[in-house]
Amino acid sequence: MTKIDLLTAAPWLKPILRSRLFQPVLMLATLAFFVMVILTGLFGTPAGNRNFGIVFVWIVWWALLMIIMVPFMGRIWCTMCPIPAPGEWLQRRGIVKRTSGKLSTLRWRFPKRFRNMWLQNIGFLGVAIFSAIILTHPDVTAFVLLGFILTGIVLSILYENRVFCRYVCPVGGFIGLYSMMAPLEVRVKDPSVCVTHTPKDCIIGNEQGYGCPWMLYPGGMQRNTYCGMCMECVKTCTQNNIVINVRSIGSDLTVAKERRLDEAYKAFIMLGCAILYSAVLLGPWGWMKDWASMESVANWLIYAAGFLFINLVVLPGAFALTTGLTRRLSKQTLSTRELFTHYAYVLVPLGLAAWIAFSFGFALVNGSYALVVLSDPFGFGWDLFGTRDTAWQPVGTTLIPFLQTGILTAGLLFAINTAYKIAAQYSQTHRQAFIATLPVTGFMTMVTFILLGLYLG
Amino acid sequence: MKARLIIVVIVLALMMVVMLVPIPYLSKPRTHHITLDSQRYEYDPGRLEVHQGDTVIIDFTASDVVHGFYLEGYGIETRVEPGLTKRIEFVADKPGKFRFRCSVTCGSMHPFMIGELVVGPNTTLYRAAATMLIGIAGTLIYLWSFKGEQHE
Repeated sequence: MTKIDLLTAAPWLKPILRSRLFQPVLMLATLAFFVMVILTGLFGTPAGNRNFGIVFVWIVWWALLMIIMVPFMGRIWCTMCPIPAPGEWLQRRGIVKRTSGKLSTLRWRFPKRFRNMWLQNIGFLGVAIFSAIILTHPDVTAFVLLGFILTGIVLSILYENRVFCRYVCPVGGFIGLYSMMAPLEVRVKDPSVCVTHTPKDCIIGNEQGYGCPWMLYPGGMQRNTYCGMCMECVKTCTQNNIVINVRSIGSDLTVAKERRLDEAYKAFIMLGCAILYSAVLLGPWGWMKDWASMESVANWLIYAAGFLFINLVVLPGAFALTTGLTRRLSKQTLSTRELFTHYAYVLVPLGLAAWIAFSFGFALVNGSYALVVLSDPFGFGWDLFGTRDTAWQPVGTTLIPFLQTGILTAGLLFAINTAYKIAAQYSQTHRQAFIATLPVTGFMTMVTFILLGLYLG
Repeated sequence: MKARLIIVVIVLALMMVVMLVPIPYLSKPRTHHITLDSQRYEYDPGRLEVHQGDTVIIDFTASDVVHGFYLEGYGIETRVEPGLTKRIEFVADKPGKFRFRCSVTCGSMHPFMIGELVVGPNTTLYRAAATMLIGIAGTLIYLWSFKGEQHE
């Protein structure tokens, strides 16, 4: 598919993105929403489905994120996310205007061993094992979000730029991984222009904007994974060389040279969590819900251990056996560990499909709570818009199984196609690539049938 | 190229047929008397299995607080206070898996208080599985058709 540059196709977009107001306006809007979530979390009703914070974060925002933003626009949420805003504004000593001088930080160097996704993997799992509590208790949600914002501020004081977003944020990790699927990318038009243009305004900044807060060199960017779409490079590029392309979906998955084990594990963790959440939260097993929601600490410890074991050992272990089989059958020369890392990227489309299917499963059913909490965000009995007494009304319940089937099928088939493309990069012949695709296809089919069983069986 | 397009069209057509073609089901209808108890945050039994056309009579009770029963796909909704029994009666005329959920806020995990009614034969599941298998086979045939082309 030919790429379409939106900045050329829609020239009105460029002045908007070049405006220094663009990102702060979005961030201030989401920050207001964020403050409301914190306030209702701390001072509102403890009944989650009657509390603005819970309903708007875990139903409305989550559904928008996983069903619309990530699949279609990649890291667009990171453009407007309020969590790093206070830290970034403190660093810059301003919100809108490009302030002169260096960023105000202690200028520590972020440890090299943490410049990857492992902290995000650990952070996500840490949140995930408490998720049944976090997403049902408004005060816990508020404290978690406050914890994120404080961490963001502290890291902004210690380190330059968005260290929190790039290396720590548990949400940013999986958005980055799944943004590889998005049909939208920020890239350079002609990399050779960047090579010869020595000032590198996109890295160090100029009077129009800051150097890339995500610590990237746009000229060398081949994937969406770590680009926060802040649009600073659109502002700073003096060569008019930044483009925003509409492209074919999932094209980052075939970029071989940047595949890494930390990202591979992120793919396993996300897929594992989608399966486990589907069982725990959407299944009929009350004991699982009791264990997950810490009815007794002993049972929760078993649940947490099981959760981590499945995510970190069972799923990757089964996949390692699969790639071992791939190596044996196809006689590919890479080591099993290397094949494990490369083929793990096939789980990106499958995992994203699993999360979309899961999100449909509860967002449509519980979406009507949004009308109630819009009128009565704290649960104090207010009726701001006359919708407080709206009855809970599940939407599209007969449609959900078909949506889930369609999405899972599309994800699986796309993943098989991706497996072949990855296999082709390490095979001498078509036959070798085709054979290498088969064990991975078997693994993914098994996982998809588990999900299908949970949703429809 | 043309052959590949034909593969894609055939596979998509087969998937559509499997998903949509009506399957006649002939079975002698039965009546099921079920006692369904509810307590935070589960139903007991959590899964009910009947056959299409069967009459389902549920005596719905609550052990701790007020709970609700909303059956997806059938639009049946009721609630019950502890100590009382509410009778729910309907004909399971639609096949597939349908979740029933608590419709009365009963605590923190209320939105996830879910049970399942499986009306067999679960053709929705079988159709979905068959559709998926056809899709997998079709994708593999499609990929195999690249044989002989320049390899990346």
